Amino acid sequence: MSKSTLEVVIEPPTGSAERARSICAAHGDRPDELLEIFHDLQHELGYIPDLVLPVIANALNRSRAEIYGVLTFYHEFRRTPGGRHNIKICRAEACQAMHTQTLCRHAEEKLGVKFGETTADGQFSLEAVYCLGNCALSPAMMIDGDLYGCVDKERFDNIISDLDRGAAA
Amino acid sequence: MIKVFVPRDAAALSMGADAVAKAIAAEAKKRNAKVEIVRNGSRGMLWLEPLVEVETPKGRVAYGPVKPADVPSLFKAKFLNGETHKLSHGLTDEIPYFKNQERLTFARCGITDPLSIEDYRAHDGFAGLTKALTMPPLDIVTEVTTSGLRGRGGAGFPTGIKWKTVHDAKADQKYICCNADEGDSGTFADRMLMEGDPYCLIEGMTIAGIAVGATKGYIYVRSEYPHAVNTLREAIRIATEANWLGRTIQGSQHDFELFVRMGAGAYICGEETSMLESIEGRRGLVRYKPPLPALEGLFGKPTVINNVLSLASVPIILDKGGEYYRDFGVGKSRGTLAFQLAGNIKQGGLVEKAFGVTARQLIEDYGGGTLSGRPLRAVQFGGPLGAYLPNDKLDTQMDYEAFVKVDAMVGHGGIVVFDDTVDMAAMARFAMEFCVIESCGKCTPCRIGSVRGVETMDRIMAGIERERNIEILEDLCNTMTDGSLCAMGGLTPMPVMSALRHFPEDFNRPVRAEAAE
Repeated sequence: MSKSTLEVVIEPPTGSAERARSICAAHGDRPDELLEIFHDLQHELGYIPDLVLPVIANALNRSRAEIYGVLTFYHEFRRTPGGRHNIKICRAEACQAMHTQTLCRHAEEKLGVKFGETTADGQFSLEAVYCLGNCALSPAMMIDGDLYGCVDKERFDNIISDLDRGAAA
Repeated sequence: MIKVFVPRDAAALSMGADAVAKAIAAEAKKRNAKVEIVRNGSRGMLWLEPLVEVETPKGRVAYGPVKPADVPSLFKAKFLNGETHKLSHGLTDEIPYFKNQERLTFARCGITDPLSIEDYRAHDGFAGLTKALTMPPLDIVTEVTTSGLRGRGGAGFPTGIKWKTVHDAKADQKYICCNADEGDSGTFADRMLMEGDPYCLIEGMTIAGIAVGATKGYIYVRSEYPHAVNTLREAIRIATEANWLGRTIQGSQHDFELFVRMGAGAYICGEETSMLESIEGRRGLVRYKPPLPALEGLFGKPTVINNVLSLASVPIILDKGGEYYRDFGVGKSRGTLAFQLAGNIKQGGLVEKAFGVTARQLIEDYGGGTLSGRPLRAVQFGGPLGAYLPNDKLDTQMDYEAFVKVDAMVGHGGIVVFDDTVDMAAMARFAMEFCVIESCGKCTPCRIGSVRGVETMDRIMAGIERERNIEILEDLCNTMTDGSLCAMGGLTPMPVMSALRHFPEDFNRPVRAEAAE
């Protein structure tokens, strides 16, 4: 699992524009549903490819700049593909009180990436998050929407290798 | 059929509750035992999660924390009859941590099946709304004013006054917005309630709608809470089918429609006007006030914005009366607060108590001190924008005014405990760094002040002209406090300055290689 250093041109999944159009339609082409539209798209495509921005702008009758502005304001939305599994480790105060810094360093070493990066095999993305609402069971971590509490180095390694095995099977 | 309760709360799931539920079902099948597994909310004793309970004639008996591997031995020890086992804690209601609480808002949480309307009604659910449906709207507002309820999100503004403003406003459409963007580290009470008793929030919002004349409501939940979002969406669907939401609720003339909106990882969207922008599908930039959201809020219409726990306290206020609620608490802090014990603490969890309990009682009597067993050094109250207090300030009574007197705030009731390994200069630096990451960028003191704050802290920690840089830091904090548009920039100085005031020795340590971490 070593770090990818190559700049590659990312081809968006085929049919992205069509999917964007129909997701907008499902939300009634309402501009106030923009965050929900982004959530749906990211859920389906894994990220929000640039090419869908004019499509959404058109459907919602807003400028491209506005759509771009909303997309880039929120930490949750990705503009490039992530790994198969998205690991979010909490770095906020309650988890710091239980030494999340140690866990974070361990995660970076184990995966061979820094926060904000994806492993070269495309298996894991590593992200920082500020509070998962599991502050009595710190440090906390979320992978693909599943929450984990009291995560130490050993627990982290077990969870990661289980996911790795799951992908191989 | 014996009822076995295994929580579906995210904190319980994070410790393997699903696997435990599966193991119990499999073992029961193997032994031919008739068992009904109920996925309840959490009782809030989070260090015991997954906390499995068995219904017996004497009451519910608790076992925890249960791992899947413990399940065969539990069956062997006849836990289905409530017999003793090494993980047994006896009757749940008799566990001191739970028994000594005053559960008003969380009365049902952990007891019922969160999505069962029958269960909800069997535990006094919808009693408040049933009353409200027959009351003149202004009487509902008066009842809430009488209760003394203040905004549980942290600001502590009287809920009744807010409602009165919206009630008096004239408009063709009004809204109720529930702020469920619980981003403060050390807080999880909103999440626990949404996952453990969602109908309580739905009921509170519907009552608010009737009181002020709003027919639509939004719940803005952070994306870090996928379990809460799913539970709420399902609960809204079921409540609408049962006509507790929607048109002509229970045959009355009142309509109320409810929508869930999911945030996208922006802490600032917990600020009320930023949240409105986000619900409207825009960047979460803070709005200028005035106009107050009560007059020009969501889509420019009069809007009640309340925290989850403010709204979830309304059903019991309507059911038992404002005076019943007001009789709990002290001074101007009436009722109860859901305190959340977090961080380095042995018995972390949720403790709902009347205002007036001391911080030390919560941390020592309930929390049992630090988890590491090392001496407690600092406690942060009220989230990342709250103050750090040292051990000798912990006898302060938990109420809004008493905390202001020690230059701190109760906030949303989060209590994060640190042991003596904490570096308070690093925590002060982190407060500034967090503001850099989460500032919406609209006002300069917050956007640029926080960046300068991190740089200044780096110099202090690196031992560069310490005295002069501490002076700069204080000056910068004053500018941020006085000049920021909202609480993000305005309160970031609170953790920074409290760390400096109470732990000055940490700002004057020999320089360490890893200081910048």
